[in-house]
Amino acid sequence: MDQLAEAIPYLGKRNPKAARWLVIIIALVAPIIAMMFGRTWVRILDFALLYMMLALGLNLVVGFAGLLDLGYIAFYAVGAYTWAFLASPHFGVHFPFWAVLPLGAGFAALAGIILGFPVLRLRGDYLAIVTLGFGEIVRIFMNNLNYPVNITNGPQGINALDSMNLFGWDLAKSLTIGDFQIHSLYFYYYFFLACVVGSIIFIQRLQISRVGRAWAAMRDDELAAKAIGINTRNLKLLAFSLGATFGGVAGGLFGSFQGFVSPESFSLMESIAVLTMVVFGGMGNIAGAVIGALILTALPEILRNIAVPVQETLFGHVILDPEVLRMLLLSLAMILMMLLRPGGLIPAHARYSRPELVGKGVRT
Amino acid sequence: MIKLLEARNIGKRFGGLTALSEVSLTIAKGEVYGLIGPNGAGKTTFFNVLTGAYIPDEGEFVFNGIELPVGKPHLVVEAGIARTFQNIRLFGQMTALENVMAGHHIRTKASVWGILTQNKHTREEERLTTERAYELLKYVGIERFADTVCKNLSYGDQRRLEIARALATEPQLLALDEPAAGMNATETTQLKALIEQIRHDGVTVLLIEHDVKLVMGLCDRLTVLDFGKKIAEDVPSVVQKNEAVINAYLGGGKHA
Repeated sequence: MDQLAEAIPYLGKRNPKAARWLVIIIALVAPIIAMMFGRTWVRILDFALLYMMLALGLNLVVGFAGLLDLGYIAFYAVGAYTWAFLASPHFGVHFPFWAVLPLGAGFAALAGIILGFPVLRLRGDYLAIVTLGFGEIVRIFMNNLNYPVNITNGPQGINALDSMNLFGWDLAKSLTIGDFQIHSLYFYYYFFLACVVGSIIFIQRLQISRVGRAWAAMRDDELAAKAIGINTRNLKLLAFSLGATFGGVAGGLFGSFQGFVSPESFSLMESIAVLTMVVFGGMGNIAGAVIGALILTALPEILRNIAVPVQETLFGHVILDPEVLRMLLLSLAMILMMLLRPGGLIPAHARYSRPELVGKGVRT
Repeated sequence: MIKLLEARNIGKRFGGLTALSEVSLTIAKGEVYGLIGPNGAGKTTFFNVLTGAYIPDEGEFVFNGIELPVGKPHLVVEAGIARTFQNIRLFGQMTALENVMAGHHIRTKASVWGILTQNKHTREEERLTTERAYELLKYVGIERFADTVCKNLSYGDQRRLEIARALATEPQLLALDEPAAGMNATETTQLKALIEQIRHDGVTVLLIEHDVKLVMGLCDRLTVLDFGKKIAEDVPSVVQKNEAVINAYLGGGKHA
């Protein structure tokens, strides 16, 4: 939160308190403003929040612990499919929300450990290749586990997932008070916002703790980390499983929000997209992950809405499909980023301690 | 003399190269013990075997009467042996204070659950870790750089920081790998005072060093290695006159 506030140009440094309030207000009124442009935009914001959770989780693995993971979307898939299995007509079981979400997170964490064990000794490129393979394995399993026993329903995916039901209150139903109607997308927004804020608080606490410092130590110099007594095996597994947990929770929320899961939502491109958000925003820092996720979710949609009409007025017909344009601009943005701001939009000046804890009298 | 560390017939080979063979030595509690020898004699290999970075082919270490685990660096640190590196290895993106705090990792207990809930134990531990790290920075004399990212520190200060980080693991034996390498005369004098202070405060020091003046002035006893073998062990004044040592360093005798 403070990091986000600090990242606001000009105001962030001069008046941190005002900047912080600005962040809170923007977060709270964003869906109301978005609704003025149409329901789609609130939906996009909801998705942006899910991607924020993913980016935060991946940032923990890549940015803090320094383990390049190209198969992160697999954990998202595990979370989403857990929801699909345990709360849909597919198997005919309808577990409540508060049981499915932790289970999804748990399964994802387990998947994180399963991935973690074989890759403990790998670093850099080699690690990236294995994790990439892992992500694809999970997707291919989802795609093909419909025969001989139909478990995942194959490429068709699973339909009609239960919506989120917070203790009797169905998030998918719009609320009508008199003539005034509050759309369900708002509920999702605020619920996801709460999840993101929770994630940020948790990750911030982890960062400034013995665990966060040990991760950073491992990332900066593994041999030296071992030499000061850090058990790198356990800490790598912890990073993989905790990162996966965030992916699992986001996946569960995604499944119920969308009401439908299919393997194509969990392709390699999605893993890369999340990694791009982390790198674009600024690796190893929370604000970077949040901003990166927001921009890279919203920008393509804005583009989609602008590119077509602009081309039609200019040339009379559409020359470049928005989807093509999106990849083009995204790659261009990444190249420019690497050249001009290699540290990301918000370069990390991550803190792993609170020096103010040192007794005031001691300091000179 | 109370034995702190005993190395028994340590042997280590890399392929056909024998880096160490039958090296035995005993370090007493409270002394500064030197390990010297020409380049490639096996000093750093000895360090790596001792601290668990390499697995020895033969022999074992007994520390405080207990055999040290093999190939498990974190357990060696937990037992009470800390080391520094010949080429400084700090955690580049962290501040000086955070580097030292990271060194305290092995002596802290907070769990992920404790960190998530920020319970009393975790908060108290975090405060103590911060305080202690700051005290250690003061101890080595670089507390004014506490909030400086460590890669921006000067060379001599980085060496001091590495010693502070090693001390944060609360060791009984501090193994320093060429701490004076690349230092000027003033810095070396300050380093000597620091090592003497560390010894005075009850930490035994094992020192690899090329600076003969520093070694002779600082060490209580010395072992000289040459081609992976121990060729002498004694107090500095005796070692200095040892023929085999002079030959090893000056290339006399049959090598000449």
